[in-house]
Amino acid sequence: MTAPARTPVPAVRMTGIVKRFGAVLANRDAGIEVAQGEIHALVGENGAGKSTLMKILSGMQPADAGRVEVGGRDVTGWTTAQAIAAGVGMVHQHFMLVPTLTVAENVVLGREPVSVGTFDRARAVRDVEELSKQSGLVVHPERLVADLSVGEAQRVEILKTLYRGARILLLDEPTAVLSPPEVAELWGVLRRVRVAGTTIVLITHKLDEVMNVTERITVMRHGETVARMATSETTPEGIARAMVGRDVRLGGGAPASAGAAAAKPAGEGLAVHNLMVRGARVEKAVNDISFSIAPGEILGIAGVEGNGQTELLEAMAGLRPVTAGSIAIGGRDVTGASVRARGDAGLSHIPEDRHNRGLILEYSVADNLILGLQHRYVKGASLDRAAIEANAAKQIAEFDIRPANPSLAVRALSGGNQQKVVIARELSRDFAALIAAQPTRGVDVGAIEFIHDALRRARDAGKAILLVSAELREVLDLSDRVAVMYGGRLVVTLPRSGANEDVLGPYMTGARREVA
Amino acid sequence: MALLLFLAQTLRIAVPYLFAAGGGALAERSGIVSLSLEGYMLGGAFTAAIGAYYTNSAWLALMCGVGGGLVLAGIHAIGTIRFRADQVVTGVAINLFAVGITRFFLQLAFKSSSNSPRVPGFGGENAGVWLALVSNPLVWLGVAAIPVLAFVVHRTTFGLRVRAVGEHPDAATSVGVPVNRIRYVAVLASGALAALGGSFLALDQHQFTDSMTAGRGFIALAAVIFGRWDPVRAGFACLLFAAAETFQIRLQAAQLIPSQFVAMIPYVLTIIAVAGVVGRSVPPAALGRSAD
Repeated sequence: MTAPARTPVPAVRMTGIVKRFGAVLANRDAGIEVAQGEIHALVGENGAGKSTLMKILSGMQPADAGRVEVGGRDVTGWTTAQAIAAGVGMVHQHFMLVPTLTVAENVVLGREPVSVGTFDRARAVRDVEELSKQSGLVVHPERLVADLSVGEAQRVEILKTLYRGARILLLDEPTAVLSPPEVAELWGVLRRVRVAGTTIVLITHKLDEVMNVTERITVMRHGETVARMATSETTPEGIARAMVGRDVRLGGGAPASAGAAAAKPAGEGLAVHNLMVRGARVEKAVNDISFSIAPGEILGIAGVEGNGQTELLEAMAGLRPVTAGSIAIGGRDVTGASVRARGDAGLSHIPEDRHNRGLILEYSVADNLILGLQHRYVKGASLDRAAIEANAAKQIAEFDIRPANPSLAVRALSGGNQQKVVIARELSRDFAALIAAQPTRGVDVGAIEFIHDALRRARDAGKAILLVSAELREVLDLSDRVAVMYGGRLVVTLPRSGANEDVLGPYMTGARREVA
Repeated sequence: MALLLFLAQTLRIAVPYLFAAGGGALAERSGIVSLSLEGYMLGGAFTAAIGAYYTNSAWLALMCGVGGGLVLAGIHAIGTIRFRADQVVTGVAINLFAVGITRFFLQLAFKSSSNSPRVPGFGGENAGVWLALVSNPLVWLGVAAIPVLAFVVHRTTFGLRVRAVGEHPDAATSVGVPVNRIRYVAVLASGALAALGGSFLALDQHQFTDSMTAGRGFIALAAVIFGRWDPVRAGFACLLFAAAETFQIRLQAAQLIPSQFVAMIPYVLTIIAVAGVVGRSVPPAALGRSAD
């Protein structure tokens, strides 16, 4: 794409930004300069301070020091209302939508059309309909946001910013929750919006997106801006090096190891048959799912979040009752078994939400490393501290958990290191089958590499592994077989060799299905 | 005739509930827990009685009542919104504070630990039940409060913002809606409304007696929950609870069932409602949470 002629005054210029949250420095000497009308990537690992920098730009948080300019005007310390008035709109990673209100109500909130002193609902609906037509962002204005799919909710978020006349659009990890066709559609919308003169800043850590849709890149690391480059003059490896500060092996090189696949022992490592599970909102969150994973095999389940993955995982881990069907580990039925009994039967579980399920944030690293195994670390009636410390020292060394301090509260660790604690615990126990749910969510590039290697090693050691991830890339990189979950069903299962984004995309949106 | 009397008595009991539940629905919709309705009612009843005693005017008494409610609601609002105190703890504190402070000033003003002297109210004293009701403007105000609040919550810009703030304050902040200001207005309005309910009690009985609200604020809160945080449904819940109470008073006279069981009706209904029998009861998502 050709960029429109650039004016010398940048759309956004932030310099020397410092932002502190308690003891944590989220931004220190961070900055970004975005030219008028360009699509600009703001990249960095999780916790690098990208979102914080954009929240300062959108007025949601004040900076402790530094200068913010928009269109050449000093706007340091402005409020969200002022930012919106000046045409800065932000689409947040966690949607800022009120689920109990309609699409139209959400779009106009804060700038409601009024007639005779009351809220003019009819006009709100008309305005949103019109905007929806103009921009190609199709959503019915009178639907409740709670009933929308993630992709639709994101359209509402973009509509919100357009309704406020945004000239500078900030998108925080917009593709994290989208299926490939939805991602393609998003790029289409952004290109259309940009042609109309809007400047776009894209926060992301997905390098293929950066290469495909952006023109210039700002890289952040540990709260600092460490590099600025033109997309056409760099490579994914170059960006990754700037993000992490060292060379990184990027995924996709060697997926399933062919040798291991050939030597795969037969048998049933982990299996479910005709499983039905009730969800919080849906009667059949998991609707008649069957699969069997052999020892030494990774079955990857891809799919847009909210299609029953959570319920399936919880049911398999023993956290949610099963309506019908059965679950077996190594041929042994564990359908009604307790969490501990499943563990004893050889099940290991990396939960999808480490903060709610995987860790107790206030506990020390050492204690978190034996959670769920504490009954094996007792001496008489009390915990065997010596054994716990010994275990911690071993795991910290083996899994490179930093800082290497077993008595530190897990809360103080970075996301990547928190996840390493979970992985260390689950992979060091005696297990035959592993459920790995979103194993690298919110984890930095360096740790992703490490975790993927650990999962491959477990597979090569003959473990049966169920991988569930919203990151299609991750599923394709690790799995021997790939299935797609949609609407509570496995709509397709393919060998790794037959699966790629283009093949799986239509299944992920429900456009295609071939129920096995 | 008996039915008419029953209805009149029900309405009379319902008026304070209607005020308090209407206010409670508004405050809770904005995300602030309204345990303190009880305290606002008691404070309002007391300041209304003081006002009536010293000014001899029922209307000025009402304004004093509202003032008392606003002061207590103001304390609750500053504590929970500005200082982000736990809303339940602050609410209980307001209730205890209201009991203590009214007792203190009762002693100071009237040298009594139980009740104030007779104060004027609305309407004649020896009129029939119905005449006393229709001649009392507070009855009309109380009945009108519910549709007015329903309109405010569902049809006005302010109401849209209240609902947004109570469900997802971060979303509201992100579009420039002043979350805390909306919550202040909602809590102060709930204080004023609940105090009107308390004023009705004091003026209707022509005196203030110690702890005279006797848990009515909690029943009003139960009505809010029973009505699933909707003003109209909460209003009907108030009428239902009031009818149950009237029923209890009648039964008490008849000695059929132990009155304690009948007195439980509102609470039992609330538990049933919260347990999901009357349809899913989902509170505002940000209820009890301070905005960042």
